[in-house]
Amino acid sequence: MSMFEDANRKQISNRRKKDLYLHLLFIAATSIGIIALMALLINIVLDGIGRLNLDLFTNYPSRVAERAGMKSAIVGSIYMVLIMAPISFVLGVGAAIYLEEYAKKNAITRFIQLNISTLAGVPSIVYGILGLTIFVRGLSLDRSLLSGALTMTLLVLPVIIVSAQEAIRAVPRARRDASFALGATKWQTVYGSVLPSSISGILTGVILALSRAIGETAPLVMIGALTFVAFLPSSIMDQFTVMPIQIFNWISRPQVSFHDLAASGIIVMMVMLVLMNISAVILRNKYSKQI
Amino acid sequence: MESNVAPSTTTKMNFKNSRSHLSDKIVPIILFLCAALSVLTTIGIVVTLLSETINFFKSVPFMDFLFGTKWSPLIEPKAFGILPLLSGTLLVTVIACIVAIPIGLASAIYLSEYAPKRVRKIVKPILEVLAGVPTIVYGYFALTFVTPLLKSIFPSMGVFNALSAGIVVGIMIIPMVSSLSEDAMSAVPKSLRHGAYALGATRFEVALKIVVPAAFSGIVSSAVLAFSRAIGETMIVAVAAGATPNLTLNPLESIQTMTAYIVQVSLGDTPHGSVEYGTIFAVGMTLFVITFLLNILAQYVARRFREEY
Amino acid sequence: MSTATQAANQTLIHIEQLNLYYGTYHALKNVNLTIPEKAVTAFIGPSGCGKSTLLRTLNRMNDMIDGTRIEGLVSMGGTDIYSSDVDVETLRKKVGMVFQQPNPFPKSIYDNIAYGPRLHGIKSKSQLDEIVEQSLKQAVLWDEVKDYLKRSAFSLSGGQQQRLCIARALAVNPDVLLMDEATSALDPISTLKIEELVQELKNKYTIVMVTHNMQQAARTSDQTVFFLNGEMVEFDQTETLFSNPSDKRTEDYITGRFG
Repeated sequence: MSMFEDANRKQISNRRKKDLYLHLLFIAATSIGIIALMALLINIVLDGIGRLNLDLFTNYPSRVAERAGMKSAIVGSIYMVLIMAPISFVLGVGAAIYLEEYAKKNAITRFIQLNISTLAGVPSIVYGILGLTIFVRGLSLDRSLLSGALTMTLLVLPVIIVSAQEAIRAVPRARRDASFALGATKWQTVYGSVLPSSISGILTGVILALSRAIGETAPLVMIGALTFVAFLPSSIMDQFTVMPIQIFNWISRPQVSFHDLAASGIIVMMVMLVLMNISAVILRNKYSKQI
Repeated sequence: MESNVAPSTTTKMNFKNSRSHLSDKIVPIILFLCAALSVLTTIGIVVTLLSETINFFKSVPFMDFLFGTKWSPLIEPKAFGILPLLSGTLLVTVIACIVAIPIGLASAIYLSEYAPKRVRKIVKPILEVLAGVPTIVYGYFALTFVTPLLKSIFPSMGVFNALSAGIVVGIMIIPMVSSLSEDAMSAVPKSLRHGAYALGATRFEVALKIVVPAAFSGIVSSAVLAFSRAIGETMIVAVAAGATPNLTLNPLESIQTMTAYIVQVSLGDTPHGSVEYGTIFAVGMTLFVITFLLNILAQYVARRFREEY
Repeated sequence: MSTATQAANQTLIHIEQLNLYYGTYHALKNVNLTIPEKAVTAFIGPSGCGKSTLLRTLNRMNDMIDGTRIEGLVSMGGTDIYSSDVDVETLRKKVGMVFQQPNPFPKSIYDNIAYGPRLHGIKSKSQLDEIVEQSLKQAVLWDEVKDYLKRSAFSLSGGQQQRLCIARALAVNPDVLLMDEATSALDPISTLKIEELVQELKNKYTIVMVTHNMQQAARTSDQTVFFLNGEMVEFDQTETLFSNPSDKRTEDYITGRFG
């Protein structure tokens, strides 16, 4: 007589079957996301590969799809990120240092923290309305590169602050103690020990936030980044366009030739994003070794 | 015992401050200002939206805006009823959630309860990539891939329609649902699972009867956040859903969402200070209030969840 | 309680009626103690007895823990270190500390040593070079690293890292060196090296060490203090305390009956 004799074998095998079916269902559901991504990438590469030539990088926009390029948009995106990078780094890391190292655990701090997480959930187009009112009109910066960069800085700041806070929080207490024990003041400790210990983690967050800014379209549509720019901005007060705006403009045209052009533009933009993400991953790996 | 007088020492030491620590007085103030900028941003958003919205309501009665069934601010006869924009937004958002919540949740259960480590290591970054694709790219995908695909099923469907946009917005928010739900599930203590396994439960019984209920408020919170994100999504709907304010629940028709309307106006040449210009702010305010309340709701639900352990 | 029979050395640190609270927890109870200069004083006792807490009052590292309250006198070189005109940074410059785990900064070996001198305003390259070399020599690390000063401090072994941390503490020219279980994370050979180093350093510095290892206290210290539950039980010359303890509790501890 086996001790398992009384077990209801039929009931158990039914439950096993159910487990298997659900397992397959869960795998199928997970695959949908992956399949969608594949379909998206393949669709874009097939559409865009034909127009992916040097003209795309060297030509300005044109009414003729065959001659149109995105030189001004590529340069505009790069300039915008170059302006954003130092501003958002200083403001974001400054806020993170304050919240992690200086702020007392009181109601004001909790309010600021809650505010930052709420801001991260505000639709990007609302930042566009803010930028339009404050930078374009209020400060009379017009539809300039600077207006665009400042608007996007406000958009990515919550993301940068939160990731920088995580990086700073991960610095072991011993690193701070080592500095204090040598007679360092609070700021000397933050600057000399905490920041060097967390810098690659912070930079990872900044790069990811900036790559998000490269792909953002809606706020820049709001502040009026142009879609037909046949020159390169020569100062931060010049008008400009960026890659996603140019792509949006091409998608909005009825002709298929412009749609294919848009797909080529998307390939260029996505390659740029992939490169930024790879550098972020490299930094992150370096970071995990240091702590 | 010790004497009350400090004993004599050969070495005399003093610890008087030899330098001034100016940096430790100024730096905290500067850092505080950086952190306070986020509060200023919020105030800026609210004041900006509110002041122009108040101006707008001087020309358009509040009730007409809120309950009007026709939205035609740019073409005579003008009408400023936001319901068509709201219904368009809701239509897209509901379709998106029908796609994203089951798939996202099932992915989360798979990743948290079933997937071997090796599979997780591959699948999670792929889902992260899905979250990092710019929305304009999704817009292109909706217009040039999903819409033609749907048209082969529903031949009557227009080029611009709510269904295609909604499905693609849904794909976009899958990673959000799955990663937040998975976080909630992995916060469920191992001991709860082990308790159930020890009673002879199978994996799906543990997943569906133990883990999901225990992580329920975290899952609900992720769904609310995804809903809010879908409402605020702009470029996919601006590209694929159309520009026809249309009070309909038919997903095959062209509609216009609040966000797509704002884009439409700002692409045009609307004079600053006009009533049409004011509509951007009134619609923007509506959008902000709805997403803000949803985000607060999500945080509230999530916080209740944390108290359970 | 027995008072230590003072060696030839003069008292440097004088602690009187010291009470310390973390919130409502009474961590140090009525501690009275004198620590002589240019000698090694060891604090022993079971975990949670307050030995590390007392060590951290000597460079005021406890100040950074919220809710810490302190009563009584801690004087060093004739100055009450808790009086309001004491600058904590200056105090910590003169009272160096080495921690349980080696905790180098994510910088080069050179920059680790130069960190302290730079904090205190030394900028000249030649002066820093001199300090780095001297400090590493004092910590008996110079010969092992002199050709790799630009390498990351993390490239060193655990024992080397701890000697680097000692060199880093010496680089600001302190009078006192606090060692908080500085060998507990190290292998026996590295431990021995550091114990030998301590014997060298006591000619120049006043050393206070916390250790959970009684053999180490017996091997390296001149005076030993035994703590239990936040109270100082016994303080004596190391030899006397280990061979002929006057308190029953000390005897129980050193013979391994608890702890």
